[in-house]
Amino acid sequence: MADQVFTGFAVALLGTVIIGLIRVERGPSAADRMLAAQLFGTAGVGILLLLSVGLGMPSLRDVSLVFGLLSAMAAVAFVKRAWHRGTEARDGEARR
Amino acid sequence: MTLSEVGSIVLLFVGTAFFAAGSVGVLRFPDVYTRLHALTKADNLGLGFIVLAVALRSGSFMVTAKLVLIWALVLVAGATASYLVAQAARASGIEPWRRP
Repeated sequence: MADQVFTGFAVALLGTVIIGLIRVERGPSAADRMLAAQLFGTAGVGILLLLSVGLGMPSLRDVSLVFGLLSAMAAVAFVKRAWHRGTEARDGEARR
Repeated sequence: MTLSEVGSIVLLFVGTAFFAAGSVGVLRFPDVYTRLHALTKADNLGLGFIVLAVALRSGSFMVTAKLVLIWALVLVAGATASYLVAQAARASGIEPWRRP
């Protein structure tokens, strides 16, 4: 019985981090949007771990590991590609 | 309700509360650098308590070790990402917020 509670907490966790979407929309610089994305990545790991108990699928733990790695790579890719030093803090503009 | 079930539910409440605090912090703090602080609280503590709750329900040492390693990965990746983002923000001229 207690395992089904985990699924409810996964939904609650999703609800709480959806507020981060407001930062994605508002955030004046690209770094603000990136850190909201990092929040979603970590919440994804948490939700998957909770679902692995709530739905009784132990393989979801490995999926959460992959999600964690992906969010790490996303952060590095962002800093490397989307943020040119010395430009002002606008996002999306690739100057090459 | 065994002790481990009650304990894991308490840990889940605490973990979700930290995630909520982190999200509200990301929403309400005044600039990038302070928002990064809020993000790491959600990252480290929120996920840590959730990992503890799941490990309490798992019952095997190898599973607990894997869960702790997942948490450690998120910790290290989050620290590195925060540093990179803050450094890039500084280099592109975003000034830290001062109390007006």
